Amino acid sequence: MDILKEISECLQQGDDQKVFAFTKQAIEEKVPPKEILECGLIGGMNIIGEKYRAFEIFLPDVLMAAKAMYAGMDLLKPLFIKEGIPTVGKVVIGTVQGDLHDLGKNLVGIMLKGAGFEVIDLGNNVPPERFVETAKKEGAYVIGMSALLTTTMPVMKRVVDLVKEEGLSGRIKIIIGGAPVTEEFAQKIGADAYAYDSVDAVESVKKLLKKP
Amino acid sequence: MRPVVRFLSGELIERIISEARDVLCKLGVEIHNKNILSMLQDHGAKVEIDRYHVLLTDKIIDRALETVPRFFKLYDVFGNQTHNFSGYNVYFTPGSTALNILDYDIKKIHRPKTSDYISYAKVISQLNNIASQSTALIPADVPEKISDSYRLYLSLLFCEKPVVTGAFTIEAFNIMKDLQLAVRGTKEKLALKPLTIFSCCPTSPVKWSDVTSQNLVDCAHYSIPVEFVSMPLSGFMAPVTLVGTLVQHTAETLSGVVISQLTNPGTPLLYGGSPAIFDVRYETTPMGAVETQMTDCAYNEIGKFLGMPTQAYISLSDSKQLDYQAGLESSMGATLAVLSGINNISGPGMLDFESCQSLEKLVLDNEICGMTLRMIKGIEPKEDFPSLPRFEELLREKHLLISKHTRRYLKEEFYFPGPTVDRASRTRWQKEGSVTLLERAHSEVEKLIKDYVPSKLSDSAKKELTKLMEKEARRYGMESLPPIPQVSCE
Repeated sequence: MDILKEISECLQQGDDQKVFAFTKQAIEEKVPPKEILECGLIGGMNIIGEKYRAFEIFLPDVLMAAKAMYAGMDLLKPLFIKEGIPTVGKVVIGTVQGDLHDLGKNLVGIMLKGAGFEVIDLGNNVPPERFVETAKKEGAYVIGMSALLTTTMPVMKRVVDLVKEEGLSGRIKIIIGGAPVTEEFAQKIGADAYAYDSVDAVESVKKLLKKP
Repeated sequence: MRPVVRFLSGELIERIISEARDVLCKLGVEIHNKNILSMLQDHGAKVEIDRYHVLLTDKIIDRALETVPRFFKLYDVFGNQTHNFSGYNVYFTPGSTALNILDYDIKKIHRPKTSDYISYAKVISQLNNIASQSTALIPADVPEKISDSYRLYLSLLFCEKPVVTGAFTIEAFNIMKDLQLAVRGTKEKLALKPLTIFSCCPTSPVKWSDVTSQNLVDCAHYSIPVEFVSMPLSGFMAPVTLVGTLVQHTAETLSGVVISQLTNPGTPLLYGGSPAIFDVRYETTPMGAVETQMTDCAYNEIGKFLGMPTQAYISLSDSKQLDYQAGLESSMGATLAVLSGINNISGPGMLDFESCQSLEKLVLDNEICGMTLRMIKGIEPKEDFPSLPRFEELLREKHLLISKHTRRYLKEEFYFPGPTVDRASRTRWQKEGSVTLLERAHSEVEKLIKDYVPSKLSDSAKKELTKLMEKEARRYGMESLPPIPQVSCE
C-alpha cells in the first residue's frame, strides 16, 4: 500500500505508534514533508472529521486520531523549521481571567493540534494582556478564548479592544467559545468568530486563516 | 441488578386470582361456540349449550395451568431465534391493527393502502429496538375478508422479523396458517419454531365470540402462540376500581387459558391484554391513562404469578398527532412496561386509542424503546474497582476521553439515540436548520425507506406466498392483488 495511505489509515485507527513508524519511513524514503503532512496526516484527519459529522465515530475516536497526528507531526516539525516551510498555523488559546474552567478549551487545543496547528495553551485564569503579548511574541495569527462564567465574559471584550489598540486587528484574529457564549455576543464585542464545540472551532480557525 | 417495579403484593395477587376463579366457577363464562362448550363438558364443566354458558371448575382451571408453558421462543422467517419470552425478558412490537395512518405530508389520517403497508414494513425492518413486526395496519385496498391475511402476506414478504398478528374471521385462519407454512415448511417445523403470535380477544364481561374462541382453538391445533387481549373497561364494562378490573381481566384471561390448554396442552400463550379505564367525560378508553398503564403492569404480575409470560398494549398514546402528549404517554408506558418485565410490549407507532399508526412515531418510539432497554440493564460495575487508578489517570491526563476504560465501555454504558433525538447545542441546532422533531422523524422515515434492502427470504418462498395470497384474493372476487415493488433478493 502507498505509504501516505498507510499513514492516513493508521491515523484513522488512532494508532500513534504505526503513524510514527510510517512517517519515519516516509521521511527516509524522501517523500516531501509537506506531502506527508497534507496527504497522509491531514488527509486522514479530514476523513475522521467527515465520519464524526456523520455520527459514524465519536469524540474519543477523533481524539485518538489527533494523538496519532501528533506522533507524525513531532517528526515533521523539525523538517519544516529546517526547510523554512510554514506550519498550518499557530494559535494561542486560554481560559479568560477569573475563570478556572478549562475542559472545553483543552478539548479545542487537542483538536487544533490534531488538525496540524501549533497550539500555545496559556491555561486558565489568563489576563487579557498575556493573550496579546504571547500572540505577538510567537507570531500567532489566532487567539482563542474560552469562558464558562458570564461574569468573566467581559474579559473577552478587553482582549478584542487590546488587539485593536495595538493596531493588530485583521492580523490577529479572535475566536471565542464556552457554554454561555453566543454568536451574538461574539459579534457584539467585535470578535472574528464564535465556535460552539471543538470540531466547529477547528473549522472556524481554518476559515479565519483563509480570510484576508 | 435489573430494576423492577411492582404494584401488587403477593397476598393481593392471590386474592384477585381466587375471586376470578369464583367468577368462572360460580357465574361462569359465555362461549358462543358449541364445539368448545362440548369439549369443556367432556372435561367435567357444567354447560348450558343453548345459553352458550359454562361453569368452569377449579379442577379444570388447575389442569390448564399445569400444562401452560412457563416460557416460549419466537423465530424469524429463517428460523433464527429472536425472542425468549421468559422471566423478565422484554421485547417491543408495534401497536397492531390500526384502521388509519397519519400522513406526514397532509397532517391528516387516511385509510392505509398497500403502499403504506410496504413503507411500514421497510421501516420496521430496520428499527433495532423493536424486535418483532406486527400487522400494524389494515390495508383498505383489498376486500375486507382478506385484509387480515393480506397484511400478514405483506409482512412475511417484506420483513424478516416474526409477526404479531390475528385473524378477523374463522375462515381467515386457514390462509394465515398456510402463509406461515409456506415460510417454515411443515406443521412440525412451525410448532418447533413459531413465527407468529395471534391475538385472541375475549369480550367483556367474560365472553368469547364464535370467531375469537375458534381462532384460539385453531391456533392451539397448530401450536401457534396466542396472546390474550382481554379488554375490561374500568367503570363501564368492569368495576371502576383497578382491583375489580383486575379480577375481571384475570377471569377473562384464565377462561382463554382453559380453552387453549384443554384443546392442546402445552400451546404457548402470552398472558396479555388491553384493559383501559373508561373516561366518562369523553366516552373514550384512554390507553395512555396512568390507571390503564398501572392495570397493565399489575395483570402482568398476576400472569407471572401464574407462571406465564406476559404481554400488554402499553407504550402508545391517545393523542391525534405527534405532540407532547404522544411523547409523555408513550414513554411513561414503555418505562413502566420494561420495569414491570412485561415480556411482549405492544404499542410503538400507535396513536388515537389504538386506531392510528404513524411511521414518524414508530421511528421516535424506537428511541424510547432503546432508552428503556438500556435502563433495565441497570447499573453494574465494569472494571470500576479499585477506583484509584482511574482517578490517578484522570488527574494525570486531565480527561478520560481516550482512556482505555472509556473506549472499552463507552458504547456499552451509553445508549446513543439516532438523529431524531436532539442533543446538539442551540447554536449547532440553529446552524443545522433549526429542524423540528417531526421533521427529523420524517427525514429518518424517508431514509429508512430509501435504505431498505429486500428480505432475504428465498424467492421460492416468496413466490409461494404470492401464489397462496392470489388464490385467496380470487376467492373473494379480487382478480389481481395491488401492484407491489420488486421483492426478489436473489
